[in-house]
Parts: sequence; C-alpha cells; structure tokens
Amino acid sequence: MIWVDTIVQGVLLGGLYALFAAGLSLVFGIMRLVNLAHGDLIVLAAYLILFVVTVLGVHPLVAVLLAAPMMFAIGWGLQRLILTRTLGDDILPPLLVTFGLSIVIQNALLEGFTADSQRIPMGAIETASVALGPVSVGLIPLLTFASAVLVIFALNQLFYRTSLGRAFRAVSDDPTTAQLMGIRPASVFATATGIAMVVVTIAALYLGVRSNFDPTIGPARLIYAFEAVIIGGLGSLWGTLAGGIIIGVAQTLGGSINPEWQILSGHIAFLVVLLIWPRGLFPRAFD
Amino acid sequence: MANPVSYRVETRTRASGRAAIAAAALVVLAIGLPAFAGRSLLQDMFVILSMLTLAQCWNLLAGYAGLVSVGQQAFVGIGAYAMFAGVIFWGWDPVPAILLGGVAAAVLAIPTAFFAFRLAGAYFAIGTWVIAEVVRLSVAQWKSLGGGTGTSLPREATSDMMFVEPIASLFGLRDAAARDVLAYWLALALALGTIAGVYALLRSRQGLALAAVRDNRVAARAVGVDAQRMNWVVFVAAAAITGICGGLIYMQTARISPDAAFAVLDWTGYVIFIVVIGGIGTIEGPILGVIVFFALQRLLADYGSWYLLILGVIGIAVMLFAPRGLWGLIHDRTGIDLFPIRRRLIIKK
Repeated sequence: MIWVDTIVQGVLLGGLYALFAAGLSLVFGIMRLVNLAHGDLIVLAAYLILFVVTVLGVHPLVAVLLAAPMMFAIGWGLQRLILTRTLGDDILPPLLVTFGLSIVIQNALLEGFTADSQRIPMGAIETASVALGPVSVGLIPLLTFASAVLVIFALNQLFYRTSLGRAFRAVSDDPTTAQLMGIRPASVFATATGIAMVVVTIAALYLGVRSNFDPTIGPARLIYAFEAVIIGGLGSLWGTLAGGIIIGVAQTLGGSINPEWQILSGHIAFLVVLLIWPRGLFPRAFD
Repeated sequence: MANPVSYRVETRTRASGRAAIAAAALVVLAIGLPAFAGRSLLQDMFVILSMLTLAQCWNLLAGYAGLVSVGQQAFVGIGAYAMFAGVIFWGWDPVPAILLGGVAAAVLAIPTAFFAFRLAGAYFAIGTWVIAEVVRLSVAQWKSLGGGTGTSLPREATSDMMFVEPIASLFGLRDAAARDVLAYWLALALALGTIAGVYALLRSRQGLALAAVRDNRVAARAVGVDAQRMNWVVFVAAAAITGICGGLIYMQTARISPDAAFAVLDWTGYVIFIVVIGGIGTIEGPILGVIVFFALQRLLADYGSWYLLILGVIGIAVMLFAPRGLWGLIHDRTGIDLFPIRRRLIIKK
C-alpha cells in the first residue's frame, strides 16, 4: 500500500515539474530557443507573487492574477530586446546570453531579497488533504497536478484551435514563408515568450506554496524542466507532462528507499530513458 | 612552357614571429617569478593560470568543436576526488596523484560522451549538466571521502609533498610558501602545456578537420572527415586536462567537498564568461578574458553579488554586440594573429 501512496505522490510531483517545463517546451517548439534562465524566471515570478502578497495583502491566487500580466510584459520585452537578436543557425548566442541572464537574475534577486529562504503563505489550504481511494493526498499537490493538466490542455487548444496558434505553427515551420503571409515573426515570438511567462507565473505559485525558495534554486528547476521536455519528446506538450511524471515518480521512489537518492534517481531515470529512446517518448518535431 | 611554380603553405605571420619571441621572454620571466614575487601574487597567479587552463579546454570544446558543455565541473570534481583518493587510500604523494585526476576524468568522459552525444546543440549542454549533477550526488554518497561534507588532505601528505623540500631550501622559504611556489609552477606548466597542445592540434591535420566540421558539418563529412570521431577525441582530451587541473586546484586547497568541487558557477560559469568576453574560437581570447575577469573580480571584490551581476551583463553585451569578444575587436582593428592557424598559400615563381 505504501508503494501506491509513493507512486501517487510522485505523479502529483510530476505535475509540478510539468508546469516548470510547459513554458520551456512552448518556447522551444516555436523558436528552437533554449532558455537557460527559465528556472531563474520561475524564481523571479515567485518573488513577484510574494511581493504582491506582502505589499497589497491580497490572497496569493489574486496576486497571481496581478503578477501574470507583469511577467507577460517581462517575457515580451526580454524576447523583443534581447532574445530575438540571438536567434539563428548558431546555437551558441542563445545559450550564452540566457546563461548570462540566469546569473544576472539570480544576483539581482540576491541583492533585492537577500539569500533568506521564503515561502508564499496560503493559509489553511496548505495542510489540507483529501482521501483519494485508498490514499490520502494533499490538496495543494492535487491542485498543482490539475493546474498542469489544465495548462497543457489550454496550450494545446491555443496551438491548434486559434489563429495565434496557427501563427505559432507557421513561424515554427518556416519564418520566411510566414512573413510572406503577413505574420511578423518577431512579434509572434514575443507573444509566445510572454505566454510562456504566464505559465511560469502559475508554476511559481506552486513552487512558492509547496516549499521554501531562495534566489539560487532556479538552475535545479531548470534541469528538472529540461529532463521532462526531453523525456516527453521535443514539441509534444502531453509528452512533457508524461516526462514530468516519470521524473516525479522516480524521485519519490528513490527518496522512499533513501532520502539522499531522491534527486539522483530522477536524473538516472532521465539518463535511462535517453539511453533507450534517444528522441524521447513522443517525439513530434524532427530536429 | 609555364614557369615552374614553387609554393608552400604557411601559417606564420610577422606578428606571430614577434609574439613568439615576446612569449619566450614572458615564459622565462614567469618561471623566475617565485624568486622575487610575494606569496599573495603567486596565489593570484595560480588562480589565473588554472582558470586559463579550464578556459582553453572549454574553448576547444565550444569554440572549435561546437560542443557547448555546461558540465565541465564533473571533470574538475572527479579529478580532484581521484587525487584525494590516491593520497588517502593508496598513500600516493599528492603531486603524482594529480595525474590520477586526469585519468579518472578521461574515464568518466567516455560514458558522458556516450550519453551526451545523443543530444544535439542546446540539449547537449543540459545533458552534460545533468551528468555532472549525477556525479556530484554519487560522490556525495562516498562516505570514506567525507560524503556530502567533504574531507581534507592528511597533514603528513601535504607536509612531505614531493619537491617542497628542495624548493624551500632553494628560495629559503617555509614549507607552506614553498608549496605555493610548487603549485604555481605546476599551474604554469599545465597552462603553457595546454596552450601549446591546443595550438599544435589546431595547426595539424586534425585541427583542419575540426575547423571544417565547425564551418560546415555536411561538407566536411562529404570530403571524408569523421566528425563524430573528432568530437570524441576533443571531448576526452579536454576532460583529461580539466581533470588534471581539478586535481591541481584541490592539491592547493587541500580541502574538498562535493558542492565546491562540482560547482557549476566556479568551474563552468566563470570559464564561459572568460572565453566569451575574451573571444570564443581563438587561443588569444581566453588569455585576454582571464585577465579581464581577474581585474573585474579585484575591482568589484567589495560589492558582493553586484560583481556577478555586472559580469553577467558584460557577458550578454559582448555576446550581442561583439560576438567574437575583445580579441575579435582587436583582431578586426589591427589584423594581428598571435597564434595564427589560418593557412596561407605563398607562391614563388
């Protein structure tokens, strides 16, 4: 019975990792841009939510509604001013620029908020739990997982059912031809990064409610997110959810044997999947 | 009848000839430095030279082979731990045990490359980072080397270290100062050896193959260059040197912990900034970059995290506006090549 419980907890944890990864997957799918600052942007969003909660004294869920447009603007501006300049055949500029950005965000947060670890206060709901058949699960992990499913569903709807999604797919396939059809790639890219930052804000809420955070934890979240994206297969959002679940289950299983093995077993699961399916479980894009 | 034409292929330039003379003078000066320099200067030089070695290795990977690794800390750490293992378990002297670090890093590079080469471009970067994390977390389980908290070199190993006695009597120094001289000389030898090795590689047939793969992978394969093989050679060689450098750094520190020895910022992050700011894809770049890096570190030492923030901003600005770095700017203005690798055809009638 304890195993069922462990696996259920792992699946729910995977929801958190899928939320971390969804924005990354979206941006990569559209412009082949790998953002090494993604984890630090999640932490930045968590501080933004905390800041709004503290200054305005509102509930974290309201704070997310206020923080999301701000993060959209940050993403839009970042893409317009910096990231667009790095796009091209050479993979080095985006990697090095986003790596620099990661260092800048971490140290700016250190200056602004100190190295003390923080938490977003959510009230009684933090410790509430519900019985799910034979196992009892926390309400917050359950909400996290539901949000992940919802976010990925919404992103898929956006991608395949709206004219913006059509523009996303068009610039992803061929920016030059898309331009002939009256689409401005730079503007589409900026919108995509903005949307990714809205997803990042949702991920940041759960990051900040579920555990303590400080300015240095971004890179580890980035690694989990990447593992989820690669396991799922590039360009597949549902695959990203599956990837997150695999990492989550591997971590809780490993952690239940020996707490020191928790993180390690997640990484090893990633390497094993990579060994057997080099292109991930549900590869869509060929690149 | 056409005149007989004789030709030769040359890489030498006038500047490189002068640079070679200046470099020889600098090397002599550097070897003699301990005779008149104080301890703190030698310690600074040790940091500069070891960072230069790491930067040359990363530059070889990213600048020439297109392998942007964010996991070089795996090789620094494993090299350092192998050195410690040699000293603590087998009673080796720390100086030869440094070479053990190189062997361990080269061995680790083989499975790492096996996994990471399945990933292209940016995913290679993350893949190497994950592997470095796996190695860090595994080493933290190694209880006899201190587990997660780390350990120190035994006192008798550091006090009886090879060459320390003669150096102490040569310069009339105490043992601790003599150990700094030894570490400095070893770092100097490693940095010079690495630069010479990279330069020799780039001037050779293999170097030409490497440049061909970097410029156009498909065309290079079409003329018979085995790109994958070149990547393997470069990756394992860079790992071995990085491992030796890791062993050397922790011989000097004499205290190790997994978090320090496998720190992504210290052993890969700084190195990336050094290479990018100096000029990626050149031998001169990392040399210039390490000087700028160290000067900035000194200048901003009192400002804590502002230092890294400014370093990050400079790195981004250089990448966006001068992607070939400071050396690229100097080269464009003056046309100077201190380590020329471009082949020129010289025809004599």
